[in-house]
Amino acid sequence: MTEQLTILLVVIPLLSAPITAIFKNHLLTWAITLSVSIVCFAISGVILAEVIDGKHVIYELGGWRPPWGIEYKIDSLNAFIALIVSGIAVVSGIFSFRSAPSEIDTTQSGLFYAAFQLCLLGLLGIALTGDIFNLFVFLEISSLSSYALISMGRKRQALTASFAYLILGTIGATFFLIGVGFLYAASGSLNIADIAERFSSFEDMQLVVTAFIFILLGIALKAAIFPLHSWLPNAYGFAPSTVSIFLSATATKVSIYVLLRVLFDLYPIAYWQELLIPQLLLVLGCVGVIYGSVRAWQQVEIKRLLAFSSVAQIGYIVIGIALLTETGLTAAVLHLFNHAIIKATLFIGAGILVYRANSTKLSDLRGFGASMPWTFFAMAFAGLSLIGVPGTVGFVTKWYLLEAAIQQSKWIVVGAIVIGSVFAIAYVWKIVEALYFNSKRKIHIQHVKSGDINIPSASKSMGLALWLGAIACLYFGLFTNIPFNAANAVAKALLGM
Amino acid sequence: MGNDLVLRVVTKWLSPIIVLFALYVQFHGDYSPGGGFQAGVIFSSAILLYALTYGLDAALKVIPESALKICASFGVLLYAGVGVVSMLKGGNFLNYSVLLSDPVAGQHIGIIIIELGVGITVASVMILLFFTFARRVAPE
Repeated sequence: MTEQLTILLVVIPLLSAPITAIFKNHLLTWAITLSVSIVCFAISGVILAEVIDGKHVIYELGGWRPPWGIEYKIDSLNAFIALIVSGIAVVSGIFSFRSAPSEIDTTQSGLFYAAFQLCLLGLLGIALTGDIFNLFVFLEISSLSSYALISMGRKRQALTASFAYLILGTIGATFFLIGVGFLYAASGSLNIADIAERFSSFEDMQLVVTAFIFILLGIALKAAIFPLHSWLPNAYGFAPSTVSIFLSATATKVSIYVLLRVLFDLYPIAYWQELLIPQLLLVLGCVGVIYGSVRAWQQVEIKRLLAFSSVAQIGYIVIGIALLTETGLTAAVLHLFNHAIIKATLFIGAGILVYRANSTKLSDLRGFGASMPWTFFAMAFAGLSLIGVPGTVGFVTKWYLLEAAIQQSKWIVVGAIVIGSVFAIAYVWKIVEALYFNSKRKIHIQHVKSGDINIPSASKSMGLALWLGAIACLYFGLFTNIPFNAANAVAKALLGM
Repeated sequence: MGNDLVLRVVTKWLSPIIVLFALYVQFHGDYSPGGGFQAGVIFSSAILLYALTYGLDAALKVIPESALKICASFGVLLYAGVGVVSMLKGGNFLNYSVLLSDPVAGQHIGIIIIELGVGITVASVMILLFFTFARRVAPE
């Protein structure tokens, strides 16, 4: 029964997206989207419970036996990623109830939600498939729909941001595809498990190294790992709020998941250790952490600030992977989960600011925290998680990351993490200072009928989404067992322990 | 271009042949090179030719935009629907063998319907793309 459930994760959005695209009514399309997300979330939960203790769920698409047919092979990592993606989809679905009508033309809401579901479909598909070409197809589905979603932002810059992302994303996907093609030429197979099993029979071929470099570069671009991150700040900064929440919490995480699969399941660890990839990733991660944090601190606009902070957080995850120890990998996988929650919460906060004040510029929002104390409080709490204050989710991962770095006496890494955290304090403080401590300033309101002096207050659905996120930040910071055990099981499975 | 007599006459004669060729590529796709994607593009080229010669309004009379949008969605649904039917019949998603009592005939009918879905979606999306860009020629 669980076998058939796995494919439903992909089939349900595939069926609902074209239906949604026909309708124009916002309420209806929203309701379809939210129910699809909730169903996917429930299914992911069931699957995770099934595979958490090391079992595999295998699904052969079309009844063709692997390695010839496409195979979905679910282990704890797949299910964990699927749960994160669908969980964030539920939260952003709740948020979009009021936010989407205010930012997106009502005639387009059907298309908007259809693209949203397709993006969900693509990300879930990436998380489930065990076939590397099928993975590329899903990567393209999610990317194409996210270009469309980002271009629907309110400002005209959204179009250029989306176009820049389209160009870079296509280059990344092409590199990935070229790598997959080379690997296929060398191995004659597209099934990840099959390639890994027969790896020694063709590992001497030069083609295999070339394939590895192409695949790695392609994914690094998609995951916005430090020098290849340039598309991210604009894309997340100008996207509609709902899309910023969903993509910032899931898209790069799923790409990191692909990176994990390629590094640990497709290629043997010893193979890329010889190519000095761990050292390279470690350096890129450290530079990324410092660069992202400093650039975030320099921003004057909340959404862009959060986007640059994402670059830094991806750096932490990359450091965790590159340390190549159980603790480091656990921290990396755990941070996939934790950062998804934190960033989603902060982007929800930013979305509420957009909804109420029509601006996310810090200078426009001076003293605004006083008129929305609860929203501000939840945002500040998520900000503390980003810094890594004890009692929040951010602390848990930073702790394990530091522990892993100290175990290996990598003091430069420790230094980078500390510097990154100091700048994290600085940029979170920038938000807090602007919203709370600065003297109140009349908010510059746009797109409001003359004579209308009310700023719309944040609706209940937005508050619900925000507080779901904030409470998750606190809950998983205090009771770390559930995500930690899952992440630890994943790390052990990846290292083959 | 609309007033060129040669163009108008040739288009009138050529469009049905292109459509016929598209249908051939579509339904002969399981024996010879071709399939839904190619057929969809060929089909849309017939409409594109018609629109280029007779103008956008005339083409919109042949296929209104709302119908295209529904067709685009319908094709995807047809594709996914076959998969769901095979799931309901006890096989895996997209396992055509269980569609009919004879597995070989099931594979045939399965791939033909799937490719039809692909063809419908590709054709309508291509035409929609053309209409969308064609409407934006004049600066706003």
